[in-house]
Amino acid sequence: MNRRTLLKRSLAAGAVGVAASAGLLAPGQVLAAYPNAAFHAKDTAEALNGVVGSGSFEHSDDIKIKAPDIAENGSVVPVTITSGLSGVESISILADANNSPLVASFTMHGSPAFISTRIKMGKTGNVLAVVKSGGKLFASKKEVKVTIGGCGG
Amino acid sequence: MAKSIKVRAKAKQGIVTVKALMNHPMETGLRKDKKTGKMIPAHFIQEVTAKLGDNTVMSAVWGGAISKNPYVSFKCSGAKGDSLTLAWVDNKGNSDSATAKVK
Repeated sequence: MNRRTLLKRSLAAGAVGVAASAGLLAPGQVLAAYPNAAFHAKDTAEALNGVVGSGSFEHSDDIKIKAPDIAENGSVVPVTITSGLSGVESISILADANNSPLVASFTMHGSPAFISTRIKMGKTGNVLAVVKSGGKLFASKKEVKVTIGGCGG
Repeated sequence: MAKSIKVRAKAKQGIVTVKALMNHPMETGLRKDKKTGKMIPAHFIQEVTAKLGDNTVMSAVWGGAISKNPYVSFKCSGAKGDSLTLAWVDNKGNSDSATAKVK
């Protein structure tokens, strides 16, 4: 992480950072400041920049996304991401059709590149898995058709 | 918010597979209450941390686009008998944690 993105991030996450430093987090946990701006970013590049420090990535076939082709209920879309890349530092999940594309970002701490969770999708779009490995970003995507959106009322 | 987490960890050939379910409304802050027409305030888990013993094995930042009552599964290296602790913190400052023995 270079100095500029660090500054940007610390400013953006100011409010949450205050909450964190006020002792609301469980003791003994070392957590990075919550990237609030990244979760409110409207496009994928901006969101990625906020959470992993760069908005550009290369396509990789070594990242596998397991998600349904058609999701009947957009509020529960099971997604499993595995990667054969070595030295995976983080895995980020984005849904590009959502209002704010960033869904979650997992830091792996040397654990195997495997994450499975359930996400919300507002409408049909791509699920994007972005893997950080050796300081570079690699991504793969899969289209999921949503018949009932998960973000509406 | 006691006992909001169910966590299981199973070891196989040095790799521990962790599966966890958390009880949480995960409101994005973008939905309207149908009766009152008012926006439902955002309330979602922001940070999740997993530790095996004293080592952090997985940490995550989440947005409101993780489904209600989140499920998460991941792998880490470890062995039978280790203790795995999973903790979350939400945007209102609530937090909870649970510990499971690796089976």
